[in-house]
Amino acid sequence: MTTAATTTPLATQPPKKPRGFDIVQFLEKYGVLLFLIVLCVAFGISSPNFLSVRNVTNILTEVSIYGIVAVGMTCVILTGGVDLAVGSVLAFGALAGAWVVTNVGAGAFFGMGFLVALIISCAIGTLTGYLHGKTITLFNVPPFIVTLGGMTIWRGATLLMNDGAPIAGFDAGYRWWGRGDVLGIPVPVLVLFVVAAAGYVVLRYTRYGRQIYAVGGNPEAARLTGINVPRVLVSVYVIVGFLAGLAGFLLSARLGSAEAIAGTSYELRIIASVVIGGTSLFGGMGGIGGTMIGALLIGVLLNGLVMMNVSPYFQQIVMGVIIVLAVAFDTYAKMRRGKR
Amino acid sequence: MGQTILKAADIKKVFPGVVALDGVRLDIEAGEVHALLGENGAGKSTFLKILAGAQPSDGGSMLFNGQPLDPADTPLARQRLGIVTIYQEFNLLPAMTIAENMYLGREPLRRNGLIDWRRMYRDAQKVIDDLGLDLDPRMPVRVLSVAEQQMVEISKALTMNARLIIMDEPTAALSGKEVDKLHEIIHGLRAKGISIIYVTHRLIEVTAVCDRFTVFRDGRYVDTRPVAGSTVQDMVRLMVGRDVEFQRRRDRFAGDRVMLEVRGVSRAGSATDPHACVLTDLSVQVRAGEIVGFAGLVGAGRTELARVIFGADGCDSGVIMVDGRTASIRTPSDAIAAGIALVPEDRKQQGCFLPHSIRHNMSLPSLKRLSKWKFFVDEAGERALIADYTRKLGIRMANDEVAIGTLSGGNQQKVLLARCMALHPKVLIVDEPTRGIDIGAKAEVHQVLFEMAKAGVAVIVISSELPEVMAVSDRIITFREGRITGSLPAEDATEEELMSLMALGGPASSPASSSLPGSGAAAHAHAAH
Repeated sequence: MTTAATTTPLATQPPKKPRGFDIVQFLEKYGVLLFLIVLCVAFGISSPNFLSVRNVTNILTEVSIYGIVAVGMTCVILTGGVDLAVGSVLAFGALAGAWVVTNVGAGAFFGMGFLVALIISCAIGTLTGYLHGKTITLFNVPPFIVTLGGMTIWRGATLLMNDGAPIAGFDAGYRWWGRGDVLGIPVPVLVLFVVAAAGYVVLRYTRYGRQIYAVGGNPEAARLTGINVPRVLVSVYVIVGFLAGLAGFLLSARLGSAEAIAGTSYELRIIASVVIGGTSLFGGMGGIGGTMIGALLIGVLLNGLVMMNVSPYFQQIVMGVIIVLAVAFDTYAKMRRGKR
Repeated sequence: MGQTILKAADIKKVFPGVVALDGVRLDIEAGEVHALLGENGAGKSTFLKILAGAQPSDGGSMLFNGQPLDPADTPLARQRLGIVTIYQEFNLLPAMTIAENMYLGREPLRRNGLIDWRRMYRDAQKVIDDLGLDLDPRMPVRVLSVAEQQMVEISKALTMNARLIIMDEPTAALSGKEVDKLHEIIHGLRAKGISIIYVTHRLIEVTAVCDRFTVFRDGRYVDTRPVAGSTVQDMVRLMVGRDVEFQRRRDRFAGDRVMLEVRGVSRAGSATDPHACVLTDLSVQVRAGEIVGFAGLVGAGRTELARVIFGADGCDSGVIMVDGRTASIRTPSDAIAAGIALVPEDRKQQGCFLPHSIRHNMSLPSLKRLSKWKFFVDEAGERALIADYTRKLGIRMANDEVAIGTLSGGNQQKVLLARCMALHPKVLIVDEPTRGIDIGAKAEVHQVLFEMAKAGVAVIVISSELPEVMAVSDRIITFREGRITGSLPAEDATEEELMSLMALGGPASSPASSSLPGSGAAAHAHAAH
């Protein structure tokens, strides 16, 4: 028999020194911000109106509507899921709220019709989100499928409600939420600011935020550390639903009418904002800060293309290319992290 | 027989930090069934991967049919040469038919380039008939039992003109009758001059079906012997005969208070989930300050029982009591609330949040305690806790914001231990606490377990490494096929005895619960032989 032996540890290898400048790491961190700045400069030069106060306000208000939903979408994507139904839910909530307010008569609510519409819109968003979350967790259906179904279900419900016709005729108190301002700052932008700040604090400084990251980072490990994974999953769909309802209300106030086709294809730009902002589609990595930059980038891009008289059809192509590139980069960066 | 089909010599393989294979050799003759034996970590898997072309070796030579094998070969190239591996996890596509699976990527074509289905099914039927199987090649693989799927894998190997078939734990998921059938088929293959490398932990099978066996230990070649004239006991001795790596501990802290009591845990198993193995009437008591080792082969029920205790998996019946009180445990969250903590078996898949910081990894389950208004994380408290355990456990890191994935295995494990310790558990279960970490870190991890026991925690240690179980435990409980086969004080236990209890279920003559003399196990092994 041979002599006894143990596994031989090799001489300790020197730890790999990080090489000076890593372009991928740099781009992962600052690439989007850099691109945003470049875009602003380019559009500013090519069309003088781009940087006017009026246009900038316009962009920010536009960004606010879907930026609010993007905050919730960040939570969803952080858990490794996705919500494709947000655009439909947004329209559904807005139309339902507007329908009640206009049909019951604004006078019935002592001039507080907007509050009723806001509550109904958010409640509908919350409820649909809860249904999505429960379906995902109870029946183990992928979020992609559940919310793809939800996308057409809620759009159909919206169209049914008023035969596809828009509802208009809001009072000034209602419209203020979309067109008013406080000290020159549009109301939707203020709402976004509050929502984004809350999202940032929750994700960064609370137990619940840690749980969201944990569930997305490693669901099995999360379960084994005592986290109620299904409850966390349901909660993020509730959050994104609630915010979609809120955004729907704001959009209807801004347009002065609740449209059954409002928010069509919003899910794409919302998901794009999150992914461009560096939140990984695999879950567990990312945050609100990046999402806000991503949302701004898309807002600037869409607005800039309009200013340059580029066909709106072309915008769709740009959006698609950007989202694929962002995900490709995310996958590439993840693979590199894995190798290191 | 007589002609050597495979001659592997001086094979080396080095992984970062570990020498996995240190110059092993293996000779296989044409038409022989050759068992490759060794404990977990002995290097069997690594060697077989190199042979199959799935990994390059770092040195040595292999002659196949007298021709040197190109180290750069892909698995496909090796298959073309006739070296086919049947892995534990089959490489079959469930939705496709048996014949489609057998000829996947090598479908017989008609002259116009389309698949010649008729010929494919005819050829498949012929191979199946030759093996004496009762299978219709048009059946989809998904409706087959595990044993039948294995037969499909063997049929597939034959369509590749396999000269050497490697079977990795082929009977792990088979029933007694199915094992007999497999052995019958193996005899048939041998008669055709096909050689087989047979890897198993079930040494009784080696005596039943193999001609010779080779033993690896700690990445080194130990010996090759004919099965005739060898006993199971001989094989065990060759597999484990080494210096004990770990110092057996002297201090004992076990008190009288029963901290964990498990009574009559049973589970019927699941047809769909092979991991949900059958558990039969498992009862365990662990006292405060006691360290109990769970020993058994993979799938024997040790990890499975631990997961039931922790609420990670369900059971059909059984009672779990913590510190004298019945605990209703349905989820890990219930278990944690009852005072049970678990360091799971698979550090990366079940334990770590790899891209997340050490801080987030360590404090996660303790945040309930470390929060303001039950909502915000008390970061000052969190950092204090992390600093405390980092110092206690000697975790080496740049700072606590670094991703846990960048740490060494040993340090990752310490972070997970710290995560459990921070919960101040009454019962700590650690599953494979030192797998894949270096010797120094192993000793440190053991030291932590001793400290926990000293503080009055009931500790359960699950490990595939017997020397480890023997070194750290007060008492060792052995598992086999979902049953407890023995419970003996660690100081009296020998590796041979434990291996017998794990592989054979212990001597049939005496009750398994008592501490038994080694001769009893040996006698049983002889009898079985």
